[in-house]
Amino acid sequence: MDILIQNLLNALQWGSFYALIALGYTLVYGVLLLINFAHGDVFMVGAYIAFFVATFFLGFVDLSPWLTLALTVPLTMLLTAGVGVTLERVAYRPLRRKGAHRLYVVITALMCGLMLENSNLALLGASRKKFPELLDKVIYTWGNVSVTNLKLIVIFTAIAVFILLEFIVTRTKIGMAMRGISYDKFAIPLMGIPIDNVIVFTFVLGSGMAGLAGLLFAMSYPILEPYMGALIGWKAFIAAVVGGIGDIRGAFLGGFLLGFIEVGVVALFPSTYRDLFAFSILLMILWIKPTGIFGVAKTTKI
Amino acid sequence: MQKYSFNFGIWGMALIVIALSQFGALDLYIQSVIMFIGINVILSSSLNVVNGYMGEFSCGHAGFMCVGAYVSSILSVIFFSQNAIFGAPILPPELAIIGFPIVVIISGLVAGLTGLIVAIPSFKTRGDYLAIITIAANYMVISAIENVDVIGGSRGFMGMRKVVNAMTDVIDLPWMMIWVILGTYMSIWMIRRFVSSTYGKGIMAVSQDEVAAEIMSVNTNKMKMAAFMLSSGLAGVAGALFAHVLGYVNPQSFNIMKSTECLVMVYLGGMGSMGGAVLSAILFTVMLELLRFIIPAIDTGLHIINVLPDSYHLSQVWKWVLIPLTLILLMQFRPEGLMGNKELPKLFPGLKKFYKFK
Repeated sequence: MDILIQNLLNALQWGSFYALIALGYTLVYGVLLLINFAHGDVFMVGAYIAFFVATFFLGFVDLSPWLTLALTVPLTMLLTAGVGVTLERVAYRPLRRKGAHRLYVVITALMCGLMLENSNLALLGASRKKFPELLDKVIYTWGNVSVTNLKLIVIFTAIAVFILLEFIVTRTKIGMAMRGISYDKFAIPLMGIPIDNVIVFTFVLGSGMAGLAGLLFAMSYPILEPYMGALIGWKAFIAAVVGGIGDIRGAFLGGFLLGFIEVGVVALFPSTYRDLFAFSILLMILWIKPTGIFGVAKTTKI
Repeated sequence: MQKYSFNFGIWGMALIVIALSQFGALDLYIQSVIMFIGINVILSSSLNVVNGYMGEFSCGHAGFMCVGAYVSSILSVIFFSQNAIFGAPILPPELAIIGFPIVVIISGLVAGLTGLIVAIPSFKTRGDYLAIITIAANYMVISAIENVDVIGGSRGFMGMRKVVNAMTDVIDLPWMMIWVILGTYMSIWMIRRFVSSTYGKGIMAVSQDEVAAEIMSVNTNKMKMAAFMLSSGLAGVAGALFAHVLGYVNPQSFNIMKSTECLVMVYLGGMGSMGGAVLSAILFTVMLELLRFIIPAIDTGLHIINVLPDSYHLSQVWKWVLIPLTLILLMQFRPEGLMGNKELPKLFPGLKKFYKFK
């Protein structure tokens, strides 16, 4: 029983990371119908930005860890959002303006991700970075179940972000515009909605959340390396697809589902089988129900 | 004359290359570059069947290459060489010359069957989602092989060098060069024959409009299956040759980076152009090899004029920044690639006088 609860908590933590990144995928897809393959690497960039910001404040300015954390969270989110928006401005928007085939945009996204990864590796070298400790570790124990404060923070952040995004998308005017763009991209500018601003806002939201996920991930697993974003990005993408890409509830649910599946696999099989199972599940779901749990099937017009 | 000039040219060139490497006029490095050009030509032209002619987006080509590489390596080591894992060879190593092409063909068939894990979902799924399925297939293949400890898992697998040496012991010829040239020629011939046949034209019909193709009595599911299996099967052949040229395989050398290389080659040449795929494979391989020398040269140059700090050196990783950048720029400024979907004689009508290629 204790082991079950312990694994449940681990699964919730992993699920939170997946959900936070999957939200970014799903937001962009919901608006642009573009799979932003660079998103996993934006997450990695977020973790590195958090590292540089935190070491700067701790080392050079000499602030206390608490104050550093309070400054790192908004700065990381802001700077990572900047990276996401730059990608949109430099790579995706010119293609959109030209009306290029969607395939070309997808290839560009994939290549942007590879470029982020490898330029990071080329600039910073292969040595891994150690993330400084910002939070005093507190372990709460009930019986045989123990949980760190960080784990609780991660889980609660994911839930809070979900509620915030759900609120933005369903209750605010800009959220309405976002939904409108995904519905009909050509009618929306005629309604006087600045389409580019809404798209930039979408990228800000998605990349900001990826930055937050990067910071939390770096705090939980304090070793940073350039390729950390690739696999976790793919998995988060699986989560988004499983939930039905384009739907925020789907991304959230899919993230937690994938977390449970992975922790379950690791509990039962050798841990090297984790990726095999994750990708096989993706394949099965795309094969049987390509639209995911919450997705709506689109009819093809002739 | 014009009917035969192409074949004469190709075989003449092949004979010259083989003769030069036989008598040691080409050093081993240039020989290996030529062999990699051949392998890359197979890869890019086979990916061109799916990404170019059929208009789908498959980005897990390296996964099938991995299947071919492993199947062929294991078979040839079991049959033709003494190995710590599999024990004594089943057949005498002298038979390797006859056995090797059979092994390559078998590995191509197995890779083609593996292509089914992408082909069958492709009946229902198209576009972006199919792209994801192919990437997932790539990861699945790698991660499955990494989990089989008998063949080395993530440490890789070797022992193919002995098989190649066994071939040279019987008749002293640059065997791998011969096999690569033969494989390249046969693959291109097969693709060309398939795509220009009445049956194969269905692939292009699928790319134009699936519904219309279905109405025109093209069996789209069968067409997709044929295209995916042909493409992945030839990727398997390329993998088999690759494994024996290197003499060592590792699952991680067939990861998404390798798939990206294949993609760059296809989109650089132009989707749906055989000549483009071949040309871009040659260009790309030569460019990659040149970067090996250019990057250190730039590095020393920048250090001399004191632009870079002393502690920082430009490494070969920059190659991996430049390759995606090439593709990004290509997508922005010339998305149809070097040759579009045209063949060489169409771009340069003067060439028609000199050769004919079927």
